[in-house]
Amino acid sequence: MTVAPEKNPPVKLPNEPVITPQIVAEHGLAPDEYERLLKIMGRTPTMVELGIFSAMWSEHCSYKSSKVWLKKLPTKAPWVIQGPGENAGVIDIGDGQAAIFKMESHNHPSYIEPYQGAATGVGGILRDVFTMGARPIANLNALRFGDPKNAKTRHLVSGVVAGIAGYGNCMGIPTVGGETNFHAAYNGNILVNAMTVGVAATDKIFYAAAAGIGNPMVYVGSKTGRDGIHGATMSSTEFNEDSESKRPTVQVGDPFVEKLLLEACLELMATDAIIAIQDMGAAGLTSSSFEMAAKGGLGLVMELDKVPMRETGMNPYELMLSESQERMLIVLKPGREDEARKIFEKWELDFAVIGHLTDTERMVLTWHGDVVGNIPIPPLVTEAPMYERPWTLTPLPPELDAAKVPAPTDWKASLLTLMSCPDLASKAWIWHQYDHLIMGNTAIRPQGGDAALVRVPGAPKAASHKGLAMTSDCTPRYVQAHPETGGRQAVAEAWRNITAVGARPLAVTDNMNFGNPQKPEIMGQFAGAIMGMAEACIALDFPVVSGNVSLYNETEGRPILPTPTIGAVGVIDDIATSAGSRLVQSGLALVLIGKTKGWLGQSIYLRELHGREEGAPPPVDLAVERRNGDFVRGEIVGRRVHACHDLSDGGLLVALAEMCLAGGTGACIKLPESDVAPHAYLYGEDQGRYLIATDDGPALVEAAHKAGVPAVLLGYSGGPDITVDGLLALPLQELRDAHENWLPGYMNSAA
Amino acid sequence: MKAAVLVFPGSNREGDVAQAIELVTGRRPQMVWHGDGDFEKVDLIVVPGGFSYGDYLRCGAMAAQSPVMAEVKKRAAQGVPVLGICNGFQIVTEAGLLPGTLMRNSHLKFVCADVHLRVETSQSLFTNRYQAGQVIKVPVAHAEGNYFADADTMKRLEDRGQIAFRYCGPDGSIIDGRGNPNGSSSNIAGVFNDTKTVLGLMPHPENAVEPMFGGTDGKALFEGMVEALS
Repeated sequence: MTVAPEKNPPVKLPNEPVITPQIVAEHGLAPDEYERLLKIMGRTPTMVELGIFSAMWSEHCSYKSSKVWLKKLPTKAPWVIQGPGENAGVIDIGDGQAAIFKMESHNHPSYIEPYQGAATGVGGILRDVFTMGARPIANLNALRFGDPKNAKTRHLVSGVVAGIAGYGNCMGIPTVGGETNFHAAYNGNILVNAMTVGVAATDKIFYAAAAGIGNPMVYVGSKTGRDGIHGATMSSTEFNEDSESKRPTVQVGDPFVEKLLLEACLELMATDAIIAIQDMGAAGLTSSSFEMAAKGGLGLVMELDKVPMRETGMNPYELMLSESQERMLIVLKPGREDEARKIFEKWELDFAVIGHLTDTERMVLTWHGDVVGNIPIPPLVTEAPMYERPWTLTPLPPELDAAKVPAPTDWKASLLTLMSCPDLASKAWIWHQYDHLIMGNTAIRPQGGDAALVRVPGAPKAASHKGLAMTSDCTPRYVQAHPETGGRQAVAEAWRNITAVGARPLAVTDNMNFGNPQKPEIMGQFAGAIMGMAEACIALDFPVVSGNVSLYNETEGRPILPTPTIGAVGVIDDIATSAGSRLVQSGLALVLIGKTKGWLGQSIYLRELHGREEGAPPPVDLAVERRNGDFVRGEIVGRRVHACHDLSDGGLLVALAEMCLAGGTGACIKLPESDVAPHAYLYGEDQGRYLIATDDGPALVEAAHKAGVPAVLLGYSGGPDITVDGLLALPLQELRDAHENWLPGYMNSAA
Repeated sequence: MKAAVLVFPGSNREGDVAQAIELVTGRRPQMVWHGDGDFEKVDLIVVPGGFSYGDYLRCGAMAAQSPVMAEVKKRAAQGVPVLGICNGFQIVTEAGLLPGTLMRNSHLKFVCADVHLRVETSQSLFTNRYQAGQVIKVPVAHAEGNYFADADTMKRLEDRGQIAFRYCGPDGSIIDGRGNPNGSSSNIAGVFNDTKTVLGLMPHPENAVEPMFGGTDGKALFEGMVEALS
């Protein structure tokens, strides 16, 4: 099929402005990009056409700076049903079931209007997943806020958490995991990354590609209002002092309507009336309609006056660019309109046939019978700008000699300081606001293990305790220090967290949050992180199946820490064979798996106790990672492990402290003979390590050694204290107070 | 026991309670749409948790005016047992089937956490499988669970043994508001009507019926109803 010539050039609408260079610039199009537009159109565009190009070619929708790099990530494996390019990634989890998941950012809106920004971030990612036919079973989120001392931070934490809670709780999807960090680099640009995991039957997955000339294009859900106009363009620029004035570009969410939309869509999906379906996310009706038509290689006529409108006096430009929430576009089989309409009317949602598919490969927009826009679809997609932006890799900083990092003068104070620092303090204040138990399938809750573990509903009886493990990870300070190592580490840690509950890691969704890609050092961070991630994903058989890129996370020229958040999913055949991290029983042997060199470069210890962010981040040996992890997983599913926790921020002692607090049982350990200084042994952040509680320590150590895995018996659980022989004895209650009181204390104190 | 679970637009724990009922009875309860005022005769009506009608106006206020609730009121008057959980508690209270009201949590935030409950009486069709004074652990998940009633009503509830569950410490102690997740009067977590055929409670026993998924302390509530109503 080829693009038909333009038969009906658009009419001029009343009040249609003349397109000036200034209007073009306001639409975020560079002069050469506008030249490209003129070549495709063969004439001056109308306002609505210009708006469409602006949205479709925005960084947010076109991935114009990142695409060349994203191609380097591995996306295939025998269990991958759908990789990147659809609304979400799809993997086979056995028994005819698929897990469908994705993570997406809502950074800029959440900074401008934290409640609505975060809420609609959750709403958007939920739609991405249920659009594909899945019932969402869990949400996660990765949040990065500025320095707690920053005047805005408290307000942003409060609003974002309430927004996530408000949307997810009302939808009835448990929010089971995530992470929250604080760093001054996010003072002017927080990160809100939301992830949804859903489950569908492998033979009932819905895609976006339109098909069937003449078939009706149907609009369902909420009415279209004037909210979120140009959201995609806003998200593709840096922040400055005027960003507050962009509040009108933030969308407003209604989780109640989304809940109705979810149920109505799933009800319609149970019939066979749907040919293609796509949610209206960034750039609303524009991107959804173009994507559906482009993927199907077809054209489309849309009668914009038939779009359900929330406000009077709306024009085609506003209708095409609104980012009103809770809306879907569906291509139905011919003649099935009434059946579909009945379902949406039952759920009290709007339903309107707004167009039909054509063979012209053109998007023809009409307004009360007049053509107001007429754009050839393929060139808008294929000739979209793509940049190979210049990039400079961050050099690897020199390794920090642990001997040059002082040991704590007061061991007790050092552990209390770490366990109550913003990054490591308990986040219970946050996750208690999230309904993490609804649906009755949550087996491992927040703070109960390294990954959340959720039973898969609808599995056949024999597999009725099949579970999905899920996590979200990134250590931005490592990525900042050396993006390749940091990228590798983020993937490895996600893999490790899935492993630490006994599940098999299957696939990844990535949420790439970076600064301005037009700066070579930022583009270099992006490139480096991708290289590291790709290497780790390949080595660990951990393909990337979906993702999202958020660039221009800068305010007044100051970029965030590069933050490639990794969301990951794994499967376990029987939840009864999983392990959490809670130390609930006395007399268990505590075995450290993995090699400890005492790596203090870029450690939390170095930052929180000595105020230094320096050195190379801990290297990740992917072969060792895999060997250690496979061994640990085998021990867990073999039911020889009571509790397991990976070692990450804060190293061994923080991991032990977290296990003790989570289970309410103390522990006593003794450091083995080694040439590693005690503070490096206890607080170093060497990778590929786990702490395991087991009945028979010597047997576990022996099994590890047989598998070529370093393992050492450190001590036993029990008692009211956490004790390190000769160094530290700290009552758990004192530790608990410090760990649990920081965040509520911070949030409740006056600004 | 034949049970019906009502479904309003915005209900979201109807599946959880249906699953719990199925677990103890071996049969799926009937799901009844909010517009259906003429549903089959059943032994128990469950008003589940969620955000009926988006919790707009006031939690439970709109659902209380729905066609199905008009029928529920009629059947409750005839003695058909009604169990309202969380949003369901708010709805049956708004519908006048239970005294008192549920206000915003005293700390103003949504709270999802395991809580300890002291069973105040075993003398009801809902609690007959528990011992009076027994402590059970079940989760709550709500933003408006702060039970309030005027002094006369509170006295009547106390005198007539209409308090079903109170929030308490892990050992059953009731010291000030300790263990109370929402600031409710007298640590009330659940109340009966005066014939003890209607129970409303904020916690979610339906999310505590399986060992690996929140424990089993809520299961006896469903088993007790089966015993009383089969």
